[in-house]
Amino acid sequence: MDCFHCSKSAVIEVQHGALCKTHFINYFEEKVLKTINKYRLIGRKDILCVATSGGKDSLTVLYLTKKYCERNNIPTKNIRALAIDEGIAEYREKTIIDLQKFCSDHQIPLEIVSFETELGKTLDQAYPIINKGTQKKPCNVCGVWRRYLLNKYAAKSGATKVITGHNLDDEAQVIMMNIFKANTQLAGRMGPISGIEESEHFIQRVKPLYFCLEKEVRLYALLKGFQVQFTECPYSKEGFRHHVQEMLNDFEQKYKGTKQGIINSFLALLPNIREQEKGRIDEIKQCSRCGEAANKEVCNACVMKEMIING
Amino acid sequence: MNITVYNEREKTTLQIEFNGKTVTDLLKELKINPEVFLVVRNNEVIIGDETVHDNDVFELLSVVSGG
Repeated sequence: MDCFHCSKSAVIEVQHGALCKTHFINYFEEKVLKTINKYRLIGRKDILCVATSGGKDSLTVLYLTKKYCERNNIPTKNIRALAIDEGIAEYREKTIIDLQKFCSDHQIPLEIVSFETELGKTLDQAYPIINKGTQKKPCNVCGVWRRYLLNKYAAKSGATKVITGHNLDDEAQVIMMNIFKANTQLAGRMGPISGIEESEHFIQRVKPLYFCLEKEVRLYALLKGFQVQFTECPYSKEGFRHHVQEMLNDFEQKYKGTKQGIINSFLALLPNIREQEKGRIDEIKQCSRCGEAANKEVCNACVMKEMIING
Repeated sequence: MNITVYNEREKTTLQIEFNGKTVTDLLKELKINPEVFLVVRNNEVIIGDETVHDNDVFELLSVVSGG
């Protein structure tokens, strides 16, 4: 099949037709840059901390954040990358090698923070201890500690925004997970800008890839020659998300546009959800132990740390 | 016809006898959801309506992150 715009061979079929390599790259970049503009994800005075792992999403968002800044005369010295090393054997060390090379090639400063140094244990060591008393899945432990360190180190670096590589698939999955679990409070925090808009304890998280399908991100990274190797987290299949992901991919194959439909419906409802959850969503406290953002007196990261100390 | 298929996710290389016509037919035969893989032949990404030829070598690249 030829490209919708020219006679070259297509590399992907998107909603409005098939696209060749050149037209796909243009389409993808314009979509991301338009998202940044439409939702005002990046401001002229922002200090940007890009949450990175070395995977396709984070390398793509890092690259396009830099491109956006260059295009809009925003100093690229305001961009830094932050990676969290969870300590998952045979997994994270591989993606960090790709990330270090990418940051070096693109002259972006990179900071790597590890669970082990910060919290005393790797995820591999911590998860069985925490699971014993709580039945928590590794993804629950990982998510809490990752968000904790991300906010802490972004703040330390003076960042005013945290940029994440969440794509349309990630977001559609979380929307469905929140529906399945009737978690309207969490749903109210979602969207291209997540988190609390104004809080001295919490740095706003923004998602330039919000409208990009995971397939599009992988293709973009491949066509741009980003060095991304496929590695699989050994815990990934244990989480609830994995089942939702498979379900949505199955639906997408049968009913094209399913994921986009979920996002569009959610964004139409989001103002109502936020209105309904007002008061609960805006309430953000400071952990009495570590001083980080918390939704109760002691944050979940500290609660988990205590479980480890008590064995 | 005989073709070779490398699956990035499974890290497997299969030599298979294929009697279909297109890449879509091939993915169907391998029970692979086209939403979660990119198909590469001779270093070029191709889409489902491309014709499969004898001795073709395909790479199936996983779209889904492993994390």
